[in-house]
Amino acid sequence: MKYCVQIVGVGGQGVLLASMVLGNAAMDAGYEVAMSEIHGMAQRGGSVLCTLRFGDDIISPLECDGGADLMLGFEPAETCRNITLCNKDSVIITNLGVVLPSMVAAGFDTYPEVDDIIESMKKVSDNIHTIDATALAMEAGKAVAANAVMIGAVAATPGFPLSKDLLREKLAENVPQKFLDLNLKAFDLGYEHAKSSHQ
Amino acid sequence: MADLLKDTGRALLLGNEAITRGLIEAGVRFASTYPGTPSSEVGNILEKISDDAGMYFEFSTNEKVAFEVSAAAAVSGVRSFAFMKHVGLNVAAEPLLTLAYSGVRGGMLVMTADDPFAHSSQNEQDNRFYAPLALVPMVEPSTPAEGKEMVAAAYEISEELSMPVLFRTTTRMNHARGIVSFGPRKDTPAKGHFEKDDARFVCVPANARKNRVLLLERNRKALELSEKSPLNFITGNADSDIGVITSGVSYTYVKECMSDVAILKLGFTYPLPEKKIAEFIKGKKKIIIVEELEPYLEDAVYRIMGQNGIAVPVIGKRDGTLPREGEFSPDVLKVLAEHVKLIDYPVKLDKPDVALPMRPPTLCAGCPHRGTFAAMKKAVGNRPAVFASDIGCYTLGSAPPFKLADFVLCMGGGAGTAGGFSEATDQKAVAFIGDSTFFHSGIAPLVSAKFNNHNLTLVILDNRITAMTGQQPNPGTGRNFGGKVTEPVDIEKLVRGIGIEFVEIVDAFDVKKTTETMKKAVDFDGVSVIISKGPCQVDIKRKKVALGKPYAVDGNSCIKCYQCVKTIACPALQKKADGSIETDPSQCVGCGMCASVCPKDAIREVSQ
Repeated sequence: MKYCVQIVGVGGQGVLLASMVLGNAAMDAGYEVAMSEIHGMAQRGGSVLCTLRFGDDIISPLECDGGADLMLGFEPAETCRNITLCNKDSVIITNLGVVLPSMVAAGFDTYPEVDDIIESMKKVSDNIHTIDATALAMEAGKAVAANAVMIGAVAATPGFPLSKDLLREKLAENVPQKFLDLNLKAFDLGYEHAKSSHQ
Repeated sequence: MADLLKDTGRALLLGNEAITRGLIEAGVRFASTYPGTPSSEVGNILEKISDDAGMYFEFSTNEKVAFEVSAAAAVSGVRSFAFMKHVGLNVAAEPLLTLAYSGVRGGMLVMTADDPFAHSSQNEQDNRFYAPLALVPMVEPSTPAEGKEMVAAAYEISEELSMPVLFRTTTRMNHARGIVSFGPRKDTPAKGHFEKDDARFVCVPANARKNRVLLLERNRKALELSEKSPLNFITGNADSDIGVITSGVSYTYVKECMSDVAILKLGFTYPLPEKKIAEFIKGKKKIIIVEELEPYLEDAVYRIMGQNGIAVPVIGKRDGTLPREGEFSPDVLKVLAEHVKLIDYPVKLDKPDVALPMRPPTLCAGCPHRGTFAAMKKAVGNRPAVFASDIGCYTLGSAPPFKLADFVLCMGGGAGTAGGFSEATDQKAVAFIGDSTFFHSGIAPLVSAKFNNHNLTLVILDNRITAMTGQQPNPGTGRNFGGKVTEPVDIEKLVRGIGIEFVEIVDAFDVKKTTETMKKAVDFDGVSVIISKGPCQVDIKRKKVALGKPYAVDGNSCIKCYQCVKTIACPALQKKADGSIETDPSQCVGCGMCASVCPKDAIREVSQ
């Protein structure tokens, strides 16, 4: 068995934290794990991509294009930009919360309507699942818990090899104690939302 | 961050964390660096734990100094580790090439972290060539787990040969993550004693000639070590008549994507195990060389075949099959489909039909560099000018709306080239340099500019941190870790000490005032220096210090002239669909830069 998760987003959204939670869960489940991260210059508000591969005989930190079993997109334009990392069977979960590139915010470039982004992705894949992680995180208590919502959504993915309890436990280990309840609540909301979306 | 000091267990470690654990297990007592991606995390970790690990650690002012302090430790019998990014080794090349002649007593590793694809670099140079240039042994790990193991093995090699050893990594090893098991820690002496030996350590010509002979002798011994080293091994189907020779992260792609081939995996890559390679090639129908960047292994293979009378077709870069540019990935190996059995590559989705805005890296909201650039742009106006910039966050000033980086070469290169532009052209030469880069290699060109009376303006962007590489302290901040507290070096006093007459300090957030001062500086005939102060926003967030209250736009006063977005372009300023400007309170840090460029004072601090 080999499983690949591609996590994409914008620097500062918690992509690396999400990858650590999933990676540690995979290690504890007894799998080989190889990951690749982007550090340095790209983190200054740029697009970030984190690759997580786990299973048997895993050694390469990179996956081939189209090789993702699951894509976790923290931002709709980033999900769309990186969708060729997926194939027709890949499960694609995307947050709907927009982070405007600075040139767009300043009025020098344009950002498409989120619905248009989602529609364009639905034309190339039947496995697009949307989630308003920021809204669910607010419901849990604070917008910063959006990445916990996304991890909860992963737990509900059909065929995902790691158990919900294990992911929840690893999330708890990787967040500050004072935000534990907030993150666990956000995780549960993400899980419930995604579960209904897959039905 | 994982606890790298625990005795046993395993953890999912970043390559740089695994290397750091390797240092701890190898009993390394002395480490030094100048930060540079992709090597930086090692320093960030050592800043926190070197004391508990029983190790002396320092951020040196540049890679040459980092190399030299570690060299001194190693010749005194203390195991040392000097580490840097690939271009940093260019700076440290001079001491490297001569320390090879003297050799060391305690083990010494020099990590060069190369960056194929130039993720965070100005070039893609292949530093493997430093090993044959300096005649120092080299090892190359493929994964984090191997990285940790190879640190210990490389110290053994270093001490057996009394030679510094090059530890060559690439971004996909430093920034890969994998499972690493912790092993026992070796105990080595924390302090040494320098035993004098002039013939060996005083590199005057008479000694250099003799030491060169000794160096070549050690090089022959190194070859013997490489021939029998377990770091070079054969895996895969050893009976296959197709042989693949590979090293570094490329090995991981070969291992997962190819089947039914014999693989010679090289970890000890200088000197190359020539006999082992010749034996491996003999009888094969075809040899495929999979390595990133230059045909380093490939050219050696051609030479080894030539000397051994072997003629086997070689597939690699010289025949144009594999690229020399960029980094490899499982996809790059697809071009080998006619030669070997590969995995079934998945069919990727089509690109969706929607135009997406680019998202390049950008200066942070409230970054003081925005104010410095806005002011300089206005101060220079339409006069012909060349903006020579440097290496750091402020290189991002090349992007619109600033467009204030016409020439970027290397660390300290802005100040140096500005002197040349001032003499070779009639354009005004303006150079930008960060505080850390100034200490790294900006002082010498400034002294030279004064000495030669160049007509240039040097702007030192003083944000009191080495920002781009992850917030490391520098001489301008002073040191406060590892039981040592030092006073910051005063940049103004330093510059005045050189004898520069025009030195002004400005507040980068006060764009109006800064513009006036910059006008005077560029009008000045001779060397003028502006020290533009403003704290790094990443550092402020990290230290949880509030700069000020957020600002908001008063819609009634705003005349929609867009001066704020046109000059500062702060991500916290957002142009709405109706053409109005709003600030995003979640991003606004309260620096007031936008307010200082608003002609109508329509942007004001939120009162409560």
